[in-house]
Amino acid sequence: MSAVTSESTPASTPGPQGGGAGGSGRKGGAPNGFSFRDVLSGNGTVTVLAILLSLVISAVLIILTDEDVLEAAGYFFSRPMDTLAAAWSAVAAAYAALFRGAIFNYRGDTFSEGIYPLMESLTVATPLIIISLGIAISFRSGLFNIGGQGQMIFGAMFATWFGVHLQLPAGLHLLLVLIMGILGGALWGAVVGFLKALTGAHEVILTIMLNYVAIHLVTYFLYTPVLQREGSTNPVSDFLPSTAVFPLLFGDSFRLNWGFVVALVATVFAWWLMKRSSVGFQLRAVGANPDAARTAGVSVKRMYVVAMAISGGLAGLAGMSQVSGTEKMLNTDVAGSFGFDAITVALLGRSSPWGVFAAGLLFGALRAGGVTMQTETGVPIDIVLIIQSLIVLFIAAPPLVRMIFRLPAPGSLQARATADPVTQPTLAGAVAATTASADGHVAPADSATIGDADSSTTTPAEGDQR
Amino acid sequence: MSTTATVPHGPAGPAPAAPTTERPTTDIVRHWTTPIALAVLAAVSLAVFALTASGKSATFRISTDADAIHIPDIVVPTIAAGWTITLLLAALAVWGFLQVRRSGTVSGWVSAVFAALFVAGFLVWVVGAANTTTVFLTGLIAGSVTLAIPLIFGSMAGVLSERAGVVNIAIEGQLLAGAFTAAVTGSVTGSVWAGLVAAVVAGVLVSVLLAVFAIRYLVNQIIVGVVLNVLVAGLTSFLFSTVLSSNSSALNSPPHFPSIRIPFLADIPIIGPILFDQTILGYGMYLIVIALYIGLFHTKWGLRVRAVGEHPKAADTVGINVIRTRYINVLLGGAVAGMGGAFFTLVSSSSFSKEMTAGQGFIALAAVIFGRWNPIGAFFAALLFGFTTNMQYVLAILGTPVPSQFMAMLPYLVTVLVVAGLVGRSRGPAAAGSPYVKE
Repeated sequence: MSAVTSESTPASTPGPQGGGAGGSGRKGGAPNGFSFRDVLSGNGTVTVLAILLSLVISAVLIILTDEDVLEAAGYFFSRPMDTLAAAWSAVAAAYAALFRGAIFNYRGDTFSEGIYPLMESLTVATPLIIISLGIAISFRSGLFNIGGQGQMIFGAMFATWFGVHLQLPAGLHLLLVLIMGILGGALWGAVVGFLKALTGAHEVILTIMLNYVAIHLVTYFLYTPVLQREGSTNPVSDFLPSTAVFPLLFGDSFRLNWGFVVALVATVFAWWLMKRSSVGFQLRAVGANPDAARTAGVSVKRMYVVAMAISGGLAGLAGMSQVSGTEKMLNTDVAGSFGFDAITVALLGRSSPWGVFAAGLLFGALRAGGVTMQTETGVPIDIVLIIQSLIVLFIAAPPLVRMIFRLPAPGSLQARATADPVTQPTLAGAVAATTASADGHVAPADSATIGDADSSTTTPAEGDQR
Repeated sequence: MSTTATVPHGPAGPAPAAPTTERPTTDIVRHWTTPIALAVLAAVSLAVFALTASGKSATFRISTDADAIHIPDIVVPTIAAGWTITLLLAALAVWGFLQVRRSGTVSGWVSAVFAALFVAGFLVWVVGAANTTTVFLTGLIAGSVTLAIPLIFGSMAGVLSERAGVVNIAIEGQLLAGAFTAAVTGSVTGSVWAGLVAAVVAGVLVSVLLAVFAIRYLVNQIIVGVVLNVLVAGLTSFLFSTVLSSNSSALNSPPHFPSIRIPFLADIPIIGPILFDQTILGYGMYLIVIALYIGLFHTKWGLRVRAVGEHPKAADTVGINVIRTRYINVLLGGAVAGMGGAFFTLVSSSSFSKEMTAGQGFIALAAVIFGRWNPIGAFFAALLFGFTTNMQYVLAILGTPVPSQFMAMLPYLVTVLVVAGLVGRSRGPAAAGSPYVKE
């Protein structure tokens, strides 16, 4: 008992525990009333506070490494205000540049200059959203796909080959390249699902290893005539012909292309798949509890392959959107750190399609703004990585955020922990319990699958409603 | 428990006598995958090492002219060696089939000898096919060990925490944090030892985060690991860009551990330089591997740790403090990985650079799995991975038919095969990955 209660006791302010659905048992229905307490302890608040907290910590880092601040700190005791002023201006300049680079450049002369950063953010967010949707679907299916990088590389590789080596009419060529991108990623993902289904090997290890195999494979192909640009000694492919490239959305002044529309469509597709389709229902069933799903007649092994193929297919589409969107060619760095970034996006978006879409936009904006921040104020773009990882750490441990901000615990945690000790001792249980009251339904805690970690808003309860 | 016979759906499972009465004849579960894999590899050997041998001779130099003990070069004709090794491999594969028919499994030495022969066959074939058919064997092996040392430290960190039931994906971050702090502290203080201590502290700090989030806040261990890697990469790169790069002479030019050569012993051919001409970190690595092996498998402490990793509830029932054991092991792992990180900046490279660990933490993780969560196994797995990495460089110099990328992906492919159970079977501690909550 001690571990669960001890984590919530320091966090909870003294007072009555258990508003909302807390303690009303496993099948706890919707809360009778929606109290302010629920809002405070719920999902959204924790997310917002996590973002704020990460920005504050990063601000501290910026202050500590700023030269003006350090200089002023040298005579801190004679003129303390100087240090504070320098610290303020360092952070203000950095975050103002971040905003100007991410959302709206208020220093721009024309409207198009002003809006350019927003367009850039959307452009950067495009592949991130698509690959993160794939990762989120794997999470929902109880699989931990860390192989987004490799699958993205495979998608990009397939897309590039069909883009460069074929000559087809405009629309058809792009469509073929798109399908091949999906297919490449799906194949590489399905290998993992297949191996897991066949041998029970853990997908985390498989995907990490296959990432490296993919990196070395693409390097090899880029050094051989299979993909290498003619006459080049560098590992780069030819440029894709215009027939295989996404047209620009808003004219030549912005890089934003139809890839973003594809990202939107992919989000809708992911939503439809997970919420409306029978395959999605089976995937969620496997993710919530493989044993129960098997008992109910779902082929768990087939779902592993399906989930990894869909997840990999979306990663492949992200690779394709890089090749056919902004890059227009393939190099070894096509997947960059997208694979790991996507995990943070999927976690921040709580693995729901529209949540992922929003989280992808946020991290895309941070990326785009980070570039401006680096060039204008000298704060390295690496700070974005720090912000990103801190946000995820904080939202992964809601009790921590509550403790820092002295928020009331949702109450259900303690009550449920005592009421239902068998299903409780997992992250899935803990997180589901903490978010249950805000959502209005309680997710059955599943103790076995790791994929549930993210599924704080997983909705197996909907299964009951269907 | 005793009431299971009267309660049809009792929680205690089937009656005790059930398993033996249900299948009385099948006492032996036969695992055919290993001999099949051996047969396939023997066929590969036939097709590659024997049939496509270059016809030249591969020369392996063992000692330089300056060495105290001089051993003549070993000259191996590739065709004869290819056929001999193929025949031996085929014999071992047949032996493996016989063993499975008799007792169900292939014994460890068969796989080990098979692997050694296969590597030897590959070496002869690849060197024989190169433009330069001479390779300095001692240097090849010594270089492999050097490349493997951080991997070994990292894999020991993995073994430590995974044996206690906490999956450590953050090895990469621990190595990187260790490398960074060792470089900075070493440069500021001018002392290698201060650098080493700082690296250990940094590794432990990353572990503290891992432990607190995974054990206290019950956050999924893989998530924490992944995120910590991103965090450490971001932090070190950020500090590198803001502080280190503009002031590298004061902050990023660490002192280095000297090699300590043990007289006479270091002159032994091949193994001398590996075992007796190392830095303190190199010697420490051997000590840690041995200590960890003995500790895990021959002490009370090790028994308890393994119990916590396999069945925490049972361990708790007999009075072992599961949470404390996990904390201690994760922190110890961080300390060991921190030392591995220090190796980057205090031994092998001159200074810290952005993301200099370049995925070695993940190879270390692969070594843990390949070595079946056993310190000795992980040690040899890491050596093998160091060897393949070194072979990439050597092959590039020799000019061989094998693209270096395929050499580079070999460790990962091998790990996939091992994890998938196609070659041997690797099963981790049963409770690794799941948090423990005392009831």
